[in-house]
Amino acid sequence: MTPAIQAEQVSKSYGKLQALAGVSLEIPQGEFFGLLGPNGAGKTTLINILAGLVIASGGSARVMGFDVRGQYREARRVLGVVPQELVFDPFFTVRETLTIQSGYFGLRNNRGWIDEVMYHLDLTEKADANMRALSGGMKRRVLVAQALVHKPPVIVLDEPTAGVDVELRQALWKFVRRLNHDGHTVVLTTHYLEEAEALCGRIAMLKQGRIVALDTTQNLLGMHAGCYVELRIAPDALPPALVPLVVERREGGGYRLALKDYVEVEDVMAQLRTAQVRVQEMEVTRPDLEEIFVKIMSRH
Amino acid sequence: MNPVTGEYRPLHGFYTLFYKEWLRFWKVSVQTVLAPVLTALLFLLVFAHSLRGHVEAFPGVDYTAFLIPGLAMMSVLQNAFANSSSSLMQSKMTGNIVFVLLPPLSHGEFFSAYLLAAVARGLVVGCGVFAAAVWFVDLPLAHPLWAFLFALFGSGIMGALGIIAGIYSDKVEQLAVFQNFIILPLTFLSGVFYSIQSLPPLWQWLSHFNPIFYMIDGFRYGFFGHADVQPLLSLAIVAACFFVLSLLTYWLIQTGYKLRY
Repeated sequence: MTPAIQAEQVSKSYGKLQALAGVSLEIPQGEFFGLLGPNGAGKTTLINILAGLVIASGGSARVMGFDVRGQYREARRVLGVVPQELVFDPFFTVRETLTIQSGYFGLRNNRGWIDEVMYHLDLTEKADANMRALSGGMKRRVLVAQALVHKPPVIVLDEPTAGVDVELRQALWKFVRRLNHDGHTVVLTTHYLEEAEALCGRIAMLKQGRIVALDTTQNLLGMHAGCYVELRIAPDALPPALVPLVVERREGGGYRLALKDYVEVEDVMAQLRTAQVRVQEMEVTRPDLEEIFVKIMSRH
Repeated sequence: MNPVTGEYRPLHGFYTLFYKEWLRFWKVSVQTVLAPVLTALLFLLVFAHSLRGHVEAFPGVDYTAFLIPGLAMMSVLQNAFANSSSSLMQSKMTGNIVFVLLPPLSHGEFFSAYLLAAVARGLVVGCGVFAAAVWFVDLPLAHPLWAFLFALFGSGIMGALGIIAGIYSDKVEQLAVFQNFIILPLTFLSGVFYSIQSLPPLWQWLSHFNPIFYMIDGFRYGFFGHADVQPLLSLAIVAACFFVLSLLTYWLIQTGYKLRY
């Protein structure tokens, strides 16, 4: 099956600044893919190259098999992009904005789908409101709706939840999950790594224009065999052998210990028993994506 | 590629962009249509009052009547330029230009939609000037088709120039340079208020390098059947300017100059 997105050695330079340094990746159809990286890593540049907003200095990029330069019309027709910046056209209402956007894609009589998108993004009541009168969160919803008016097979969300409330986040993810379940490919960039961990099946991490990690979310999370033990003990006196493992000290006899492997949990318990320290609360947790991200970024 | 929703029409993208541009100026028509009509009327009142009886631009033609086509054409040209340049400039500055860059609009659709919207605004304002001015004087219409052709090509030239200015300008000041140092002087020195026959030889000669002079002169021929230059020559020059500017504008859009980085 044709990959939803294919990038081969894509590079982009602005004078001496290299924003992308030969990025290659392939995203199969139907995948929920995460693109992570610190500010300036090249995520938005890569997305903009796919969308045709930026012209690559080298390499090639395809959306659903269509070259973004040579077959730009076909490539853009199958792609929906939610831009990072909160932009809007102040001359129009929400419905006009969506009808116009749909028209740009050559679609007439698209009211049914536009109504459905507005319903799922909780915009129906604001359909006749001018864009200027909307709050920031509502404008963000309209941006998402604009990217979906032509029901594109590939949806790119460039930090769609930056600065929006919990309600929108939940509504948006519910809707996007449904679209992904229906077969739409979703590419997400976000600084909220818990979102990426919960939603994405596969993740690429970028740093300084290069991919520094590309794997399934499960494999990335399993890259580090270690775990954390969170304890609250009485009396508040940790056995000396465990002190080097402490990564965080909390009030009221609370400790966070970093272990290299699960099997070390038993050793910790043995040490506590020997020291006649009573465990009041205990929780064993795996490192989350944020910690994996920080480790990978510091390595490169 | 089959559509994924709604009813797909190949040229609907072009039509939508044109319609959006039309709505953009029509929704603020007090500023984009009424205000330039009023400005043209003020010019007419002031110049006609102060120069009527003192100047005979064309033999046997009342100066007020002589002035009306020139003022109408000046309004057509200035508003055609203002429409495409300000729309693109504002879209670039606010960032909402992405809404027209992301969809599968062809370079030709992008160019024609902005151009036609500029022509439409120019012609609407021009009609407004006539509708208001004809109450002041009887105006002949010797060759309406000629007048229409010059209005069409003239607004097309200014619409294309407006697209170039809108694409090129990153700041309001840059656009103001186009307006204040190119469009305005060329328009005022094009024979809107006078016949170039009344100028000294050097200025007459220099006027022939101003393309707007041919637009005004040819347009006026459509009304009075009299012109400073052969109307066919004027039409050829105006049409050539239109095609050269159109090609340049299309090339800029195709290369993504200052639109796609």
